[in-house]
Formats: sequence, structure tokens, C-alpha cells
Amino acid sequence: MRAPLSWLREYADLPEDITGRELAEVLIRAGLEVETVDEFGADLDGPLVIGRVLDFVEEPQKNGKTIRWCHVDVGEHNGPEGNRGIVCGALNFDVGDHVVVALPGTTLPGGFQISARKTYGHISDGMICAEDELGIGDDHTGIWVLGEANDAGVPWTPGVLAVPALGLRDDVLDIAVTPDLGYCFSIRGLAREAAQALEVRFRDPVAKPVPTAVADGYPIDLRSENCPLFVALGVDGVDPGRPSPIWMKLRLRQAGMRSISLAVDITNYVMLETGQPLHAYDAERLAGPIVVRQAGTGETLVTLDDVTRQLDPDDLLIVDDSGPIGLAGVMGGESTELRESTTRIVVEAAQFASGSIARTSRRHKLGSEAAKRFERGVDPAAAYAAAHRVAELLASLAGGTVSEAETVVGAVSTPPRTSIQADLPTRVLGMPVSRERVIEILEASGVDVVALGDTLTLTPPTWRPDLRDPYDYVEEVGRKTGLDLLPSVVPAAPVGRGLTRAQRLRRQVDAALVGAGFVEVLCFPFLGTEALDRLQVPADDQRRRLARLENPLADTEPYLRTTLLPGLLAAVARNTSRGNTDLALFETGSVFLGGQEAFAPLPSVDGRPSDEELAAIQAALPVQPTMLGGVVTGEWVGAGWQGPAVAAGWQQVVDAVQVAGRAVGLELTPVHAELAPWHPGRCARFEADGRVLGYAGELHPTVCEAMGVPARTAAFEIVLDTLLTVAPGAGSLDVLSTHPIAKEDVALIVSADVPAADVATALRAGAGELLESLALFDVYEGPQVGEGKKSLAYALRFRAPDRTLKDAETAAARDAAVATAAERFGAVQRTL
Amino acid sequence: MSGPNTNYDPVEVAPLSAESLAEMVAEARSAFAAADTVAALKQARSEHLAERSPIALANREIGALPPQARKDAGQRIGAARGEIQAAFAARQEEVAAAELALTLAAEQVDVTLPVSRRPVGAPHPITALMDLMADVFVAMGWEVAEGPEAEGEWLNFDALNLDSDHPARGTTDTLFLSPLERHVVLRTHTSPVQIRSLLDRELPVYVVCPGKVFRADEFDSTHVPVFHQIEGLCVDKGISMAHLKGTLDHLARQMFGDVRTRMRPSYFPFTEPSAEVDLECFVCHGASVGNPDAPCRTCRSEGWIEWGGCGVVNPRVLAACGVDTAVYSGFAFGMGIERTLMFRNNATDMRDMVEGDIRFSRQLKGAAR
Repeated sequence: MRAPLSWLREYADLPEDITGRELAEVLIRAGLEVETVDEFGADLDGPLVIGRVLDFVEEPQKNGKTIRWCHVDVGEHNGPEGNRGIVCGALNFDVGDHVVVALPGTTLPGGFQISARKTYGHISDGMICAEDELGIGDDHTGIWVLGEANDAGVPWTPGVLAVPALGLRDDVLDIAVTPDLGYCFSIRGLAREAAQALEVRFRDPVAKPVPTAVADGYPIDLRSENCPLFVALGVDGVDPGRPSPIWMKLRLRQAGMRSISLAVDITNYVMLETGQPLHAYDAERLAGPIVVRQAGTGETLVTLDDVTRQLDPDDLLIVDDSGPIGLAGVMGGESTELRESTTRIVVEAAQFASGSIARTSRRHKLGSEAAKRFERGVDPAAAYAAAHRVAELLASLAGGTVSEAETVVGAVSTPPRTSIQADLPTRVLGMPVSRERVIEILEASGVDVVALGDTLTLTPPTWRPDLRDPYDYVEEVGRKTGLDLLPSVVPAAPVGRGLTRAQRLRRQVDAALVGAGFVEVLCFPFLGTEALDRLQVPADDQRRRLARLENPLADTEPYLRTTLLPGLLAAVARNTSRGNTDLALFETGSVFLGGQEAFAPLPSVDGRPSDEELAAIQAALPVQPTMLGGVVTGEWVGAGWQGPAVAAGWQQVVDAVQVAGRAVGLELTPVHAELAPWHPGRCARFEADGRVLGYAGELHPTVCEAMGVPARTAAFEIVLDTLLTVAPGAGSLDVLSTHPIAKEDVALIVSADVPAADVATALRAGAGELLESLALFDVYEGPQVGEGKKSLAYALRFRAPDRTLKDAETAAARDAAVATAAERFGAVQRTL
Repeated sequence: MSGPNTNYDPVEVAPLSAESLAEMVAEARSAFAAADTVAALKQARSEHLAERSPIALANREIGALPPQARKDAGQRIGAARGEIQAAFAARQEEVAAAELALTLAAEQVDVTLPVSRRPVGAPHPITALMDLMADVFVAMGWEVAEGPEAEGEWLNFDALNLDSDHPARGTTDTLFLSPLERHVVLRTHTSPVQIRSLLDRELPVYVVCPGKVFRADEFDSTHVPVFHQIEGLCVDKGISMAHLKGTLDHLARQMFGDVRTRMRPSYFPFTEPSAEVDLECFVCHGASVGNPDAPCRTCRSEGWIEWGGCGVVNPRVLAACGVDTAVYSGFAFGMGIERTLMFRNNATDMRDMVEGDIRFSRQLKGAAR
């Protein structure tokens, strides 16, 4: 809502010297979000004056344009010839018309300096202004012609300064009205707030009470409870040729609305002033009674913006015998729109249910000024007075006659009462507000207060549908006392349990990966099936259990992600395109597994939902495990003076999973696996506690190509929730043996397809408890071990907790280890 | 063993003469001094101290002396040998030190060579900031609550006093799972976690809820459809708006040093009274206001920075969670992590936060995280 300061002054006795910025501070403190203060006309400077056109000569130019060489009377600013010569490109004025003249030395909006200049063969001694040049309108079809006299009927005096004469200077406050303060969508509401905050007198522009039902005027038939009140007034003999007065056009302009025609301007002006949306029908074009009812299925309406609307039974309609003529409270219809010939007008001021209007406005994506107000609640008591204000203005400005016969259907509903203890504001705010002060504030806000001891029975005014619950009144007291007065008290929470185990472990995993060289990224969780196709995810894979969005941000990604990899690979592609070629990225985030059949209920909010209802909500949600994914590409270790580069690949992602495991106390062992999108020969699966954790390895070459990432890019993805669940508990710290270590190296020849991890497992099993550690230190394939074979060389370290091992004991343990490997994989010990 | 030879004069045995011994000592000394490597010194030692050395040979002559002369000669030789050994030991120390010094000099490297070839990891600044803010509350005894990102519409809206006609519930603002009648949305704030906390936990409740949220928003330099929030909820006996103010002031001080917060009345369906919370500019502390000579880029010379929303929990919200509003009251607040990062660390383009460019995350180091 844009509110000119001069307009507010009409209804609130603001201090003479208060500026728009100062008033903004006052209103902000009272809870109104003043976004900007425009100093309208402040950039008009210098001799901008009223002039009278004395004569002109039209001179066609070579460029096809015709200019007028004018002599203009600018009173005391006239030159020695008794006028000023000015070249004007517009043709929309006559001799004798009054115009606005920017004489040399004037500054116009945008810092535009006017000086005498030679143009079209004349010295132009100033400029005759159009509305847009003055910053008061968009009109540039011609210059601004003022007519004979000002709005008060006093003839213009050439030479007087235009800014004061036309009222071009004003401060305009632009206020973002919160949904609860619908009444502040009006000069009336804002003037009331300003007056209350400054403790000055307020005059209500809406002082006419709504009479009981009258049916003398235009016939009205209300058939929906979404329209509890309808006022119709007739105005005849309107002169459709009358222009809107300058003050009205300026005010509308300052409020951000365009001037359209006098009758429409009047309805808009009164709406801005009172907050009551109004509609003017061409009486000649109405057929039979105006009926308010719900739309029928299949009905259509062409609205004023020339769009054919398919109506919904939830839409509230205005109809006459011809069919729908308006979308109630949102937008009028084309068929009864005012024309240039309209002389008989029916003015509508009605009350429509806010929820109904909000739904219709959203359904048809029509956010009109009227809908904006009805959605937030309009004062029903303003309808009658606002309709009369429109009728009076039509009479005084357009020469119309207000019909004595009027129609009022319905009534103003009584707002619900509530009661509070007088100390409730003190308790809720945490600062003392006396009983007397509470009563004083609420009464100033228009609340009817009946005090019985410490119990206050409160009836809100008709314009405050937001005052409903006890706490609503606390807020009213709070914002009018000033939240800047609140004391600052830190509440003492009971002893807390700190982060949960899972939260702590999640941070440990993140920190371990960061320490291992991975950079965290946060990707959008949206997904298209094309990405899954490119990853070669098979049809029966659970990553195809997609949850679809009803209104996706992009049609190409209508699903929620079931895997982190598409986002990570997109980040790889983006990085490589920006020249960041060596990458190790990771992300921790939810994926969404769809396929739920259940719909979530919307239980009542009057009390806690039943356990069944809560379980039903839970059952409708996608399963949302938290995943940990990562990807590496380019060089893991860059080429340096110490040695050549090491390419990033499957090793680093297998290691990353093991780093994550170690961060939570798990030694994770990979097993060979085949799963899209990984290379079938370079994919590892990790399991823990019998559950699959996830996969790591080099990506399939076709996938790399399809995803636009470098060849040999490698990735991992594990279920972080599972990792954190199977992570071991506190553990115990064993006594360390100080007896000497015994070392034994063995080399085993096995078939080339035997996994090294399995051989290691066999060695461990065979070596028994004396084995302290085992490390693979060489892998050899070649002629010395034979075709299809490989040699795995292990360093075994033995130690006993209680004695120095004898050579024979160590040898026996080593032989037992080798024997188990031989038994399981036919391993043959090779002489080292 | 020689036979008795009572009149044998030891002086007659030349190598045992004092002069001769002094010469041996002198020769040994000069030989040791001349040896400047461990190997040369070893050679000199064998020549002047070992079995075939003059002093060793001289020692053999003692047996030829009459018994009464032996003691005297033995003492002379012992002293001379002692001198030679001491000279050797001293020289050995010198030579070893010199040789080590040479070795060390030869082993010098250029320590300014770049040695680290490991990739440099970094957490995302959003995650780091979210953890940092959560920790302020954990230190106060609060707990960190979490919940699902695809959430029941009832938990995201109804329970928070946003009725079915509320504009935020439209498809222009909120991302819905299909079909609409399923009543599942991508949470538009972390407030449903507050509801879950009230439904699941025992009172009193002191929780913060950090996490990812979603809006059907444009994606440009100042808007992202997926962003992060941290919200706090306190429900206890006797809680007032002054406690809210105290909590926000504490958070502000922990995060930004000696600054205050300011509340401006506002409106949210889930709080009543509601307020916007502003942070006193932690850079200029208001000094830039009306002072064009010293503009402040952090607060745009306004002295205050819009931070988030807050208020007293609307009793309707407590009632929907089965909390006895006659006994309990509470406050709640919430702020955007991206927004906080923007003014705290001068981030200007929100797209940088979601595009995954490694240069973005790597910029924040140490305490800046």
C-alpha cells in the first residue's frame, strides 16, 4: 500500500513538520513494514511554472514531424516581448490552454536540466511538459493540458510555480501490509495507526453506519453465504466526458494506480481511501437482478482483462439474466464494463468471504487490488459509507444525480468476543503493562473493553477480524507499547544431552572426508528419468522408486532424487567446464524413495492428532534415507618434483568409504559387485552387520560419456543412516603387549581371479590369535608364476600378550595361515 | 723372563727413555692432528696405539729391566700411553663432529619446495555455519532436532495455524508431491520439526532445528528454491517474549561479538505476538547511519541487518500438539543460513552456494567456518 502523506493528513492530525521518513519510523515501531519513502516531486527544481499558450505556428519538418512554434505567457517570467518562444512537438493543445512550462534553469526528474537551446530553426526558451516528464504519469501521447482553472475553480495565473499550484510535492510511504492487518490496505487504516502512534486526533472517513436491509434500489439477490452483505446505489446523468481532477490523478499515481476514466478513478480512489473495494456497472448493460451465487460447473466468464475464465464451483460469481458478469471480489466482467458513453451507473460495495476470494484469486492467478483486500478481510461496516462516497464524487465531479432508492441486502456480522486477564500482556511479553494502559491501548485501537475486576471482555471493531484470540490482543498491546522496551532474559534450559550419537558421528564422517581431501557440495534434490537412463539404472532398481512433484520447478526434473550421483556428476561437469579438473566432491543428503499408496490425512487442529492419524501421515511420506556420496576425477595427486601425477580413480573412492567407516569405528571390507552406473569389473560393494552399505568404484565408460564427465571418473554412494546405526559403541582399551614382535613374510600363488581380501581373510583365520597384523606388500602377475595366476606377498606380524614367541611357534602360526589359504583357494607358497 | 741382572741400568734400554717416550707422544699427537677423516684417524691410531706401535713395542722392553727398575719404567710408559689415548679421543671427537658437519651440509635440501600434493578438502560453508549456530544452543543445554524434508502437509501448515486458504499453501509457493490429495509437501520451513518435537518429546522442550527447506521460487543471485534455515523452539512454564529477546541477544553475541538485536512487530500465523528480528551491524555498529563519508557495505548504512522472524508460539499451535496452554507457553524463531552467510562472510551470489564449484567451499578457512 502506497500512502501519500498529504492524504494521511486529511484524516489524522499529524504534526505540521513531520516528514514521510519520520512518520515511517513511527509506523515501523508500531509493526508496519514501511519499505520505502518516495519523496515525490522532490527532484523538481527551478522555474517550473504554469503557462498560457498565446499562439502557435505549425511547421512541418524534413524528418516528417510537425512541430509547433509557440508563444507562451508565463507571467512574471516573460521576456521583453511579453512571452516566451518555445518549440513543442505535441499537437494536443489549443490557443488559450494552460500548460506546465519548464523554463531554463528547471531540473526535471532524473536530473534533466532545461536550458534555452536552438532547435528546428528557433531558440526554444524552455519546454512544455508531458505528464511523464514531470514524473506524475506514463502519458507521453501529448503534453499535459490543465484546462481553464484549478480543481477549486480558480482560474490559473500564468507564471505561478507549478509544484505548489498543482500539489506535485508529497512524501509517499510504501508499506508491505502483513496478512493480519488488512485494514492497513487503506488510507483510513494507516491514518488511524499513525494517529494512535502519535497520540493525535483521527477522523474516520467511513462514518455512515450500515442501515438495516433496504430494497428500494437495484434488485439484488444473495444466494451464497460467501456474500453476507451487498450495497447497491444508482447514479444517473453522469457526464462520461469529464476528466478526472488533477488531485485525484496525482493521488492515484502516487498510490501506484493508473488513471483510467473519471468513474473508474473514483471507485479506485474510494477503495484506497476506505479499504472497501467497489465496482461500477453500466446500468444500461445490466439485465435483471444482480445475483451473487457459486459458479456452476462448465460456466465461463470473460473478465475485464479480456481473458476467458473457466469457472469452478468454488468460485463466487456475480450474475444477471445474461449470465456471469463478474468474478466476485476479484475482477469484473467485460459485458457490463463502463463505456465511453455510460451515463447511468450502479455502484456495488459488498462483503465477500476472505477464504473464497483467496482461493479464486489463486485459482485464476488474478491478484487484483480488490482481491488483495478481500483476502485479508475488509471492514463490512465500511461498505455503505464507501458506496455513498463514490456516489457523491460521481455527483460532484461527473455531474451525476444520486438515486434516492438504494439497496442494502444482508447485515454487518458481529465480531466474536473474548476475554483476557488484564495481566496476560505482562505475562506473555515479559514486561510490565498496567491494567489501565492495556485498556487505554485497546480502546484506542477501536476495541470495546468491558472491565470487570481483572477480567477484560473484549469486542473487536469491525475492521479488525484479526483480533480473535487472547494472544491477538497481547500482540496489539505489545506492538503499541513497543517491542524495543522488552527486557533481555536468557531462559535456563534443563541440562541437555548434547548432540545425539548420530549427529556426532555424522560430523566425524564429514570431517574425516574433508581431511581426506574431499570438498563438500550441496546439490538440488531434483531428478529426471533421463539422468537415471544415462546412469543405466535398470527398471527394477529401487532408485526407480520415484516420488513425483505436482509442480516441479523444471519439467525436465519432475522427481525427487533417489541417488546423490546425478547431482554430484552435474557438479563435476560444471567444475570441469570452469577449469577445475582435479576434483574430489562429497555430499550428505536425503534421497526420496517413492511408491507409497497412502494419502496423508489433515487432522483437526483443535487438539493433538491420534496416534493413528500421525502414523497415517508418516505412511504417506517417501522413505527418506540420508546418503553419503562422493566422486573423484582428474589427478588425485598432481605431478610434482617428487614424482609423476597419480590419477584419481576407483582406489580413492574405495578408500573414501573406508575413511568414512573408520571415522565411526568400522573397518569396511569391499567385495566385488556389479551395479549400474559402475564399471562391471571395478565396482566394490560394502556391507556391515549383514546390511548393504553401498558401492564404490570407477564409473562405466558409457556413463561417463553420457553424463559429460571425464573418463575414469569414480564415485561412491553409501547409506549414511545404516553406517551410523551399525557403528560400534564405546569399545574397550586393551593392555598393550610389550613382548617382542616376530615377523614372517609369505608369498602365495593363487588363481588371478581370487580376491585379495578373501586371501587375507583366510590368512587371518588360519594364523589365529597370535597374528597382530597383516599387510599385503606386493602383487605380481607374470611368467614366474604362470598364466592365470598371481602372487600375493604378505607381511605377517605375530606377538603374544604374555611371552616372547619362540621361532617354532611363529613358524607354526605362519604355516597354519598358509594352510588355510591353500585349503580355501589352492594357494601355493612361493619361495621369497 | 730374563734372569737376575742386578746391575742392569734401565737407561740403557733406549726405547724406555723419557726422551724416547716423549717423542712417541709427540709423533702420535702430530699424526692424529694430521688425520682429518675417521678413516685416517683410525689408521693413525693403529700406527701409534695398536700392537705394533712404538709405545706397544717399548712396553715389551719392560720385561728386560731389572725388577727394581720396572715400576719406574711402567709408570713412564703408562703415562705416555695415557697421553696418546687422550690425544686420540680428543681428536676423534673433533673429526667425528667435523665429518657430521660435512655430512649435514651435504644433505641440505630446499625446504621451500612445494611438498604437499594431497587434495585440499573443505566442508560447505552452509553446513559449517549451520553446525556453528547449532552449537551455540547445544552449549545452552538445547538439543538439535531433525525431521524429513518431504513432510506431511498437516505438519508443515495446519499444525502451524496456516489454514487451507493460506496463500503460502498454493502451488505457486510450495512444492507438492503428486497428487495434491496425498497432502505431502517439500517442507517450506523447518517448523514441522518443531511440531514433531512437541508431539514426540517430553516438556519442557528446548530444540533447534537446522535443515534444508524448499520454495517454488525463482533461481537467481538472490533467490534459490532450496535453501537452509535454523529454527529454535522453547516451550516451558512461564516463558515470555523477554526470554526470546534474551536468547536472540545471546545468539547474536556468540556469532558476531558485542551486538544487540532489535525486534519489529510483524505477522506470522504460528507466532502471536510476532516480530522480525534485526541484528545490530557487527561491522559499523550503526556508525555509518547518516554518515556518507563512512558507508557500511554489510548493513548498507542502515545500522541494522534483517535477520529472521520470531515470536511467542501461538497457543493454537501448542493446542494442535496437545500441549496444555494454561500451563505452558513458548517462543520460536528462525533465520536463513544463506542470508546469514551473505552478511557474515560477504557472499553476494546465492548461485555460488548451490553450484558446487570447489573454489567456493575452499574459500572459508579456520575460524571463518
